[in-house]
Amino acid sequence: MFNLVSIELYKIFKKWRTYIGFIVVAVLIPVIQIAMLMEGQRSINFMTRNLQQSFLFVGNLLNSYFVSYLILNSLAIHIPFLIALVAGDLLAGEATGGTYRILITRPVSRFSIVTAKFIAGMVYTFLLILWLAIISLGLGTIIFGTGELLNYSNGSIIILAQNDVLWRFLLAYGFAVLSMGVVASLAFLFSSLVENAIGPIISTMAIIIIFMIVSAINISLFQSIRPYLFTNYIDTWRSFFDNPIDVHTVIKSVLILLAHIVVFYSAALFVFKRKDILT
Amino acid sequence: MEKIIEIENLSKQFKDIKAVDNLNLNVYKGDVFGFLGPNGAGKSTTIRMMTSLISPTDGKIKIFGSSLNEKRNEILKKIGAIVEKPDFYGYLSAFKNLEMLGKISGKEISSKRIMEVLELVGLEKRYTSKVKTFSHGMKQRLGIAQALIHDPELIILDEPTTGLDPQGMKEIRDLIVYLSKEKNKTIFLSSHILYEVELVANRMIIINKGSAKVEGIVEELLNSNKLRVTFEVDDTEKTKLILNNTLWINKLETELNGKFIFLMQQEEIPGLNKYLVQNDIAVKAVIPTRSLEEYFLNITQKES
Repeated sequence: MFNLVSIELYKIFKKWRTYIGFIVVAVLIPVIQIAMLMEGQRSINFMTRNLQQSFLFVGNLLNSYFVSYLILNSLAIHIPFLIALVAGDLLAGEATGGTYRILITRPVSRFSIVTAKFIAGMVYTFLLILWLAIISLGLGTIIFGTGELLNYSNGSIIILAQNDVLWRFLLAYGFAVLSMGVVASLAFLFSSLVENAIGPIISTMAIIIIFMIVSAINISLFQSIRPYLFTNYIDTWRSFFDNPIDVHTVIKSVLILLAHIVVFYSAALFVFKRKDILT
Repeated sequence: MEKIIEIENLSKQFKDIKAVDNLNLNVYKGDVFGFLGPNGAGKSTTIRMMTSLISPTDGKIKIFGSSLNEKRNEILKKIGAIVEKPDFYGYLSAFKNLEMLGKISGKEISSKRIMEVLELVGLEKRYTSKVKTFSHGMKQRLGIAQALIHDPELIILDEPTTGLDPQGMKEIRDLIVYLSKEKNKTIFLSSHILYEVELVANRMIIINKGSAKVEGIVEELLNSNKLRVTFEVDDTEKTKLILNNTLWINKLETELNGKFIFLMQQEEIPGLNKYLVQNDIAVKAVIPTRSLEEYFLNITQKES
């Protein structure tokens, strides 16, 4: 299995498309950071406009934590596409290239092939989020320095002490890996069904967009199905910045997302084990 | 003799198309087995089932005495295969492709071994080149290299000479003979060219529309059959006249525009030729066609 996973990782990182995600993050995040450097103070003033008459805000509020927190808010929008770009290609790419034939005629089970590809897809997801964290927090710290985290949650302002923030970010990025893992597994499932990688990418994005729209519209029918949509749990990472953290909500979200990953992986395995390779 | 491949009542149905229909065949140790049939006869579908790419609708495949269904991985360790056109990871070099495939072949494959097989197929000078820069012929050679990389006992080659120039085709045929004679490999060679099979195979089967039509030893199939011989003469009426009241008339199948077609043994050709010439018939041409070849051409033409 280790051999297979290393081969799959090697293949992933030898493809140009893999680096699109890393390049996008490396370009997009500094652009946001520069924009925040120029306009960020205005955002902070806007957030604190009602409090400034009664309180005096001191210290470096426009810091890397604040900017990284804002960047994480866009997680559900731009990262899923970058994940689907690679995860959607994992199985379908072999069909497109005709390379299933040289792979499956080797003495390795289909279970091993699917599992190795799935693990490799998860490793890619982890590395992309890690890269996001490094650029957001690392470069952010160089540009803005650190400080207290000013955070708006459930109608109130929360200010977290500087030494109380980093561990929350680590958990938030960990949770982001899990939620993006669901996106990767969904793209992987679609990848097992078709023979070109465009379909899985578009299908995954379509599902995410539809689920998000359904979640956002305040109609009782939509609200009743909302708990069953995985997109509903993607932003649970915000809970890590509440004080105190709503552990129950976090655990529930983690379990639901993990269940989605297991279901999507199992379905992909079921499809692939029965698939006739005709390409 | 030890059976390497045993196929019993194998069938594959794709919706409303029966690609393979109740196929039976046996391949013995040391055979170069020709698997012959026109395009769409079911050759590749059979090979896909033999290499576990697709599952049969019905029937059994036993390789090395074990069921493919039950001992898939153990069997595939001892098989090297090219299935249809050679596709590789184009963004990797020839060496890397083989190294990667070697790692999952169930054996330790050294760099030396990779270079050996690349040399065997004449690609040693291009081992660092990315496969996407290769011509079809080079990919075909690399396909053979990946089939040989783990030194398998059984080599399955699906149309290995497709897209090669005549020199390349000869080299592949020489390689097949070398692997069979020098390395004692059993070879399952699929082809739609009778001539190609005739040159290298000792046993063969002809399939059409998914089922076996002819099976046996190549030499016997090709040589023991009667020939269909066309005699082209200058005087049709006179020829008809002198053939009447002779035994030759019993061997005459048909006559059309001065062409008399006889079904006869090869050794009878000079006798008939001599008889016609002695009766002042100018024989313009004698064209023998083996009945198997004709049969194969017929089914190929019908299919196309």
